Amino acid sequence: MRAGILANEISKAVSLAREGKRSDGRALDEYRKITVSKDMCENAESSTMITLGKTKVLAGLKLTVGTPYPDSPAEGAISIGAEALPLAHAEYESGRPSNDEVELARVVDRGLRESKAIDFAQLCIKEGEAVWVGYLDFYAINGDGNLFDAGSISSLITFRNGKMPKLDKNNKIIYGEFDGKLKMTKMPLLTTFVKVGGKIMLDPTFVEEKAAEARYSVATTEDGNLTAMQKGVGGSFTLEEVNYMIDKAFVESEKIRKQIKNE
Amino acid sequence: MTMQDIDYKKTKTRLDGRKMNELRPLSIEVGVIPNAQGSAYLEWGQNKVYAAVYGPREALPKHTANSLKAVVKVEYRMVSFSVPDRKRPGPNRRDQEISKVLGEALDHAIFTEQFPNTEIGVYVEVIDSNAGSRVACLAAASCALADAGIPMKDLVSATGVGKAYGEIILDLNKDEEDAPDAVDIPIAIMPNSKEIVLLQMDGPLTRKEWDSVAKLGMEGCMQVYEVQKAALAKKYEIGEALVNGKKIAKAENKTESKVENKTTDKKEDKKSSAKTTKKKVKK
Repeated sequence: MRAGILANEISKAVSLAREGKRSDGRALDEYRKITVSKDMCENAESSTMITLGKTKVLAGLKLTVGTPYPDSPAEGAISIGAEALPLAHAEYESGRPSNDEVELARVVDRGLRESKAIDFAQLCIKEGEAVWVGYLDFYAINGDGNLFDAGSISSLITFRNGKMPKLDKNNKIIYGEFDGKLKMTKMPLLTTFVKVGGKIMLDPTFVEEKAAEARYSVATTEDGNLTAMQKGVGGSFTLEEVNYMIDKAFVESEKIRKQIKNE
Repeated sequence: MTMQDIDYKKTKTRLDGRKMNELRPLSIEVGVIPNAQGSAYLEWGQNKVYAAVYGPREALPKHTANSLKAVVKVEYRMVSFSVPDRKRPGPNRRDQEISKVLGEALDHAIFTEQFPNTEIGVYVEVIDSNAGSRVACLAAASCALADAGIPMKDLVSATGVGKAYGEIILDLNKDEEDAPDAVDIPIAIMPNSKEIVLLQMDGPLTRKEWDSVAKLGMEGCMQVYEVQKAALAKKYEIGEALVNGKKIAKAENKTESKVENKTTDKKEDKKSSAKTTKKKVKK
């Protein structure tokens, strides 16, 4: 492990937080600016680059033909992977996915999956024989915190724009030809908070994550459902704090939905 | 017409309309990853790659350190959706070999002896591909090293060159790489000394064909060199003009903020163990 950032940056973030301030001048409950660009990768069925402040994440989707699980012969599947590339931060390392990366991918996955926004029956090609498996992978290109929400936003947009490859008679993919789009019925989104210096703050930077006593992610849908939650890092939250974050997550995710609904 | 019937000697133009000695469109932008000491984004035809440089920094694990020079560690990777058939995550044998030869090519251009016991981490990520991704990565990595201020003898300029459909051609694309007579040769040189720092080949060529291929490859590298120089100049000439307090038309808010980022980056460099260095890329 490399010491990528200095201890004094962390203690500065903590003392600022105690006064209700942040080093980039944001309010504790303020999100960073989000920008979206799409479909830069021609070999992907869909791809999205988003920036969240200085955090930059690239997500892409590949659809492959697989065999269904025996207990759900008429349903396809999705799989989400996450990588914090060593390209993106001095502290990120190459090699096998770290525990942090596995947690990141699984939390983003649960938020999407449990919303039932993707009907897996639409991914069936021939019952019991062939189904679509959607592999979505997202990569940090520049890491400045909150890969959870950046991963969730980029994954959602990527799935929503997923093109279904065309198949020949033998269920082989015809590259470059498409047959409709992947359907998503809802827009599940993750909203992530950390507790620094006893204060809850939204959308943490890299330094704020390092300074965090605890982290909390809430996945919500526009119809008012909670679809996944995850508490992370060593510290703790009171029930009042959890309730505050849940209410806040509904409000903040709705703002993002509004921004990205036409993407 | 099937692929077998294509004959470039008759058609005089290539499948994508290029001349035999023409590169695909190439563009490079440096300084795209704020966390890195130096970085570049390159588009070359359908190929799209990011390169980032971290270091010189403490070599880890410690046994990899060399007491006489910096160790150049290159990691070439492809994202899972950068190829038509999904690539499984994690490095395969191809990634490992390419990482090795790219590292050896860059090592020769860097004054590694100035930074004993350190490592220079060079990370290249292919996000979209269509034949020629390794030379695209090398061109981008060399710009990222220059952007990081790593002292170098020269840039490293690279291209693909070879044969397809009966003709010697520059910068093969995927359709040409799949030709029945295809020979694809990635080549990289240091443009000022013309030293060859990377060359790989598989497939049959006559001795005479090799002469034409080598000449065309050298010319192609020089064209890439011009794009690399322009990309670096674009970032740094604007910075200079601002330092001198001169108003130039291009220096709007966007450029200013970029320059500010660069200065804060540099401050952080000084705090960390690595010594900051001046730009030494030859014009």
